[in-house]
Amino acid sequence: MTLTEGAAQAKPRSTRVRGSALGPVLAAPGVIWLLLFFLGPLYVVLAIVFGRTDPIFRTAIPVWNPLQWNPSQFNYVLSRIVGTQGIFGPALLRTALYVLAAGLLCLLLAFPVAYYTARLSGRWKGLLLALLIAPFWISYMMRMLAWVNLLQDDGLVNRLFSMGGIFDVRVHWLTGQPVVVVLGLVYGYVAYMILPLYAGLDRLPQSTLEAARDLGASRFASFWRVTLPMCRPTIVAAVLLTCLPMLGDYFTSDMLSASPKTAMVGNLINDSVQSPGQTGQAGALVMLVLLVAVVPMFYYVRVTARGDTAS
Amino acid sequence: MRGPVAWWNDPWRPPRILVAVTVGYLAWSLIPVLIAVIFSFNDGRSRTVWQGFSTRWYFGDATKSVWHDAALHTALLQTLKLGVITTLITVPLGVMFAIGIDRWRGRLPAGANMLMLVSFVLPEVLLAVALLFVVTSLPLPIKLGTGAQVLGLVTFQIAYPAVLVRARLATIGTQYEEAAMDLGASPLAALRRVTLPMLLPAIFASTVLVFADVIDDFVLVRYLSGNSSTEPVSVKIYNTARAAPTPALNALATLLLFAALLAITVGYLIYRRMTRGDNSAGGGIAAFAGEA
Repeated sequence: MTLTEGAAQAKPRSTRVRGSALGPVLAAPGVIWLLLFFLGPLYVVLAIVFGRTDPIFRTAIPVWNPLQWNPSQFNYVLSRIVGTQGIFGPALLRTALYVLAAGLLCLLLAFPVAYYTARLSGRWKGLLLALLIAPFWISYMMRMLAWVNLLQDDGLVNRLFSMGGIFDVRVHWLTGQPVVVVLGLVYGYVAYMILPLYAGLDRLPQSTLEAARDLGASRFASFWRVTLPMCRPTIVAAVLLTCLPMLGDYFTSDMLSASPKTAMVGNLINDSVQSPGQTGQAGALVMLVLLVAVVPMFYYVRVTARGDTAS
Repeated sequence: MRGPVAWWNDPWRPPRILVAVTVGYLAWSLIPVLIAVIFSFNDGRSRTVWQGFSTRWYFGDATKSVWHDAALHTALLQTLKLGVITTLITVPLGVMFAIGIDRWRGRLPAGANMLMLVSFVLPEVLLAVALLFVVTSLPLPIKLGTGAQVLGLVTFQIAYPAVLVRARLATIGTQYEEAAMDLGASPLAALRRVTLPMLLPAIFASTVLVFADVIDDFVLVRYLSGNSSTEPVSVKIYNTARAAPTPALNALATLLLFAALLAITVGYLIYRRMTRGDNSAGGGIAAFAGEA
């Protein structure tokens, strides 16, 4: 039926776009998928953490009825965090420190780059953006591989420091150096911070910033008292977007320093998932990270969802 | 002729520190990858000492090159397979989800929307471990391997097309669809003939982006892979990077890089062509990547 024929036989019908029955029908497959494969697995994790372990095969047996849940595996993990048997404590503390350090360094690096690209780059903006987006399409593994190659004992970094034979620098960069792991985290994740900062800074009204200068503020004062407060929500969102995924990172430490001295909580999870009999432990650690991350995650979602509907 | 002091203090000078930081960052970010690509053409077995140019690691070497080493090209094929299958499922699902959520008011869609946004900030390892538990402890028809990997990847990536399409829907507004319905179209017909064609650039951009993101994924595909034949390139790199590999690994990574680059470049050019003359498209690479 063409639109004109339809107009000829126009019957009164709900012409509102919002509120038509089409919405739920279209969204249903996606909603069902998310419930099945996002929320469902989290319940399975709970069932395994609070379940039992088969004594012979040491596999995990999930217990589905919440009334029969056995908290011993979860308590085991909790009791091993601090105190004389605190084997998990150092890794948790290290994760917090590394993520904090990496987040700070990312911010210090990303903000100037984003500020320059958003406001001051003029005709280079397109090219700069393309180069800044490039790391998203270069596999994380390839970028880490590139650094593993450079940081070898006979790699380019040592040769650069040796300055053509004047000194003989043979630092073992790839064996348990926290600085290397933190810089690796910064290298891997800073691209995720630059783009939201760019988007936020791009939207700042130039007129307001110029007004601050016109009213006599120095460049530093107008930056500190006008620009920064205006982009505070953007900075918070960008920091969360970058630091929360870092909490689960284990492969950076594994590739750049395969040593337990730099193990993060992701390494704890990785090691226990693959050991028989420790599945419940892995699940408990997953729950721990989830509990720590859930408040910042929902805060981030609220900030972006509000921005969504406001625009 | 101005003196150096005047040049230094020129009121119209460019922001030198910011330029230096930006250029420095770009160099630090991209040069290591460039070096890795260059060394994939190394003639010898070293990844750190240049021994001449050759393509032996791509197809020359009879046992260790990407072309001849079964393990390496299995990984490449698995990566491309995962990319295509995941994209084919994710994009329609995500687009329908976005359109549906946009038109559905209430708590349930708001909750679903929040759940989708959470997948942007959730550490991937949590979802990977959860899905691993699901596949290994429930008697499902899906076993570890490509099926499970696709399940995990779709769940993780569904936010991408959903967010891009929602942003575009917000820009378009409901005016065109309501005009069509005022002229007598049913809501479904208005959606199909008016809104979907307008959404095509966003749908296309999200297809390309999901593909490029999936072929680089690591955590999910590693936990959900069955045996070494379902391990894609990222897992191969992780497994062999510290074990004195040959430049064939560099070659493998470079091939993947070129695949992603090709997809993105072609996609971006087609996107530019689709949105020519359209002022509301936001313009340029930022809108294509969903950042504007």
